[in-house]
Amino acid sequence: MLYTNLKHLMTAADHKKLISENENVMVCCGRMGPMCIPVYGIMEDIQDEYPHVVFADMEFDNPEAHVIRNAPETKIFMGIPFTMYYKNGKLVKATSSIQSKGQVTSILDREFEISDVLV
Amino acid sequence: MNTNNHYGAIVIGAGPAGLSAGIYLSRARVRTLILSESTVGGQMILTHEIANYPGVENISGYQLSGIMKNQAKKFGCEIKANISIEALNLNNDLKEVILSNGNRFTADAIILSPGGRSRTLGVPGEDILKGKGISYCATCDGDFFTNKEIMVVGGGNSALEEAVSLTRYASKATIVHQFDHFQAFEYAVEEAEQNPKISFMMESTISGFFGDEKLEGVEITDLKDGSKQNHAIDGVFIFIGYVPNTEFLQGKVELNKWKEIIVDPNMQTNVKGVFAAGDSIVKKYRQVTTAVADGTIAALAASRYIHELHKAKTLLPV
Ligand SMILES: Cc1cc2nc3c(=O)[nH]c(=O)nc-3n(C[C@H](O)[C@H](O)[C@H](O)COP(=O)(O)OP(=O)(O)OC[C@H]3O[C@@H](n4cnc5c(N)ncnc54)[C@H](O)[C@@H]3O)c2cc1C
Repeated sequence: MLYTNLKHLMTAADHKKLISENENVMVCCGRMGPMCIPVYGIMEDIQDEYPHVVFADMEFDNPEAHVIRNAPETKIFMGIPFTMYYKNGKLVKATSSIQSKGQVTSILDREFEISDVLV
Repeated sequence: MNTNNHYGAIVIGAGPAGLSAGIYLSRARVRTLILSESTVGGQMILTHEIANYPGVENISGYQLSGIMKNQAKKFGCEIKANISIEALNLNNDLKEVILSNGNRFTADAIILSPGGRSRTLGVPGEDILKGKGISYCATCDGDFFTNKEIMVVGGGNSALEEAVSLTRYASKATIVHQFDHFQAFEYAVEEAEQNPKISFMMESTISGFFGDEKLEGVEITDLKDGSKQNHAIDGVFIFIGYVPNTEFLQGKVELNKWKEIIVDPNMQTNVKGVFAAGDSIVKKYRQVTTAVADGTIAALAASRYIHELHKAKTLLPV
C-alpha cells in the first residue's frame, strides 16, 4: 500500500467500481519514489479545490494495477507515475512521470470543467 | 494591517532548511508561515534512503520530511504547500508576499530557503519526451529499460554511479559528457570504466531529442568540431547537476554569478530583515545536515531581528 492520504485502489475491481460510479476520477499509479511523491502531494493538496473530482492512488507493483500498466494509452510510457484521468468511466488523458501542480490542474480544468457539474 | 494575515516570519521553501527554520521560530513563539511551491520536503523526498543524517541510522527522505513537518506543526507553525508566489516586496520593514490566488501575507522577517532542482539540458524535445524515454531518476524508471540501449548524460558522481546501477537493466549504456575528463570521484570513474556494458562519448553533448510518441533517438554534437550526428536510442537518463531556485529573487536580494543568494555568517542577506538558508545560498557542501544548520541559524537571527524591531517600535516617540 502507498503511504499517502489518498483513497487507495487495491484491486482491478476497485478501480472499475470507482471510475464507473464517479463522473471525474484522477488515479496516480506509482511507487513511494521521488517522481511519484510530488504528484501524490499535489493531489492531496488540491482535493478541497476540486470537490467534483475523486482522487485515488494505486501501487504500480501491485499485480492488480495491470488495468493501468497495460492500458493501450500507457504502452509508450517509460516513467512512473502513470497518472490517469477518467470521465464517466472513460480515460480522457494519461501522463507519464512527474508533473507540476500547474500541469495537473490544467488537465483537471480542461477535462473536468466545473460547469459540467453545476449545470 | 490585517493581523490574521500577519506573521512574525514567513519562510519560503519547505525543504529541510525551511522546516528547521519553522521549528525554531515557532518554538520561540514567533508566528510563522511556511510557503512552498511543491510538496513539503523539498529535495529530501527525491531520496530513497538517507543514511547520513545523524541520530537516524536509515530513513527514507519522505519519512524524514514527514517527521520534520509534524515537528514544525506541533510547535504551531503553519504550512501552505503547492502554492505559487506572485509578488514579493522585501524592501520595507513590513515584508509582503502575494500568492497567485490573490492571498496576501505580511511579515516582520522573511527567510528564503527555495533550495535547488535538477538541471535539464533545455534542448528541443526534452519536455515532450520526459517519461517517454527521458528520465531523471534511475531508481524509478530503470526497469523500463530492461535489455534496451540507453545514454546517461553527465560526468559527476550521480551520472557515473547511476550509469553503473542502470546496467542491471540496460543492455548497453553510453555516458555522454561535455568534457574530456570526469568530475566524479576516482572510485566512481573506475567502476564505470570497468563495467563491460558501459562506453563513453566524451567532449560531446545531446543537442536534440526526437521521436513521434516516444524517444527514438538523439542528436549528438561533437564539441571539438561542432559536427552533429543522429543516434538511435531507447532511453536517456540526465544527471547534470543542480541549479538554485532563485529566479524569483532576481533584483530583490543580492545573488552571485551562479544565482546563489549571498549571506553573512548569520544568514542575513543584503536586505534588512531578509535571511536565507540551505542549498540556495553561496556554499560548498549541500546536504540535509548543512541545510538544517543554515535554517537554525537563520531562524535564531530572524527571531533576534524581530525582537529588536519590536523593541525599536515601542521606543519610538508617539
Ligand atoms: C537525489 C538526491 C539525493 C540526495 N541524497 C542526500 C543524502 O543522502 N543525504 C543528504 O544529506 N543530502 C542529500 N541530498 C541533498 C539534500 O536533499 C539537499 O541538500 C537539501 O534537501 C537542501 O535543502 P533545502 O531546504 O535548502 O532545499 P530543498 O530541499 O531544495 O527545498 C526547497 C523548497 O523550496 C520550495 N521552493 C522553491 N522555489 C520556491 C518558490 N519560488 N516559492 C515557494 N517555494 C519554493 C521547493 O518546492 C522546496 O519545498 C540529496 C539530493 C538529491 C537531489
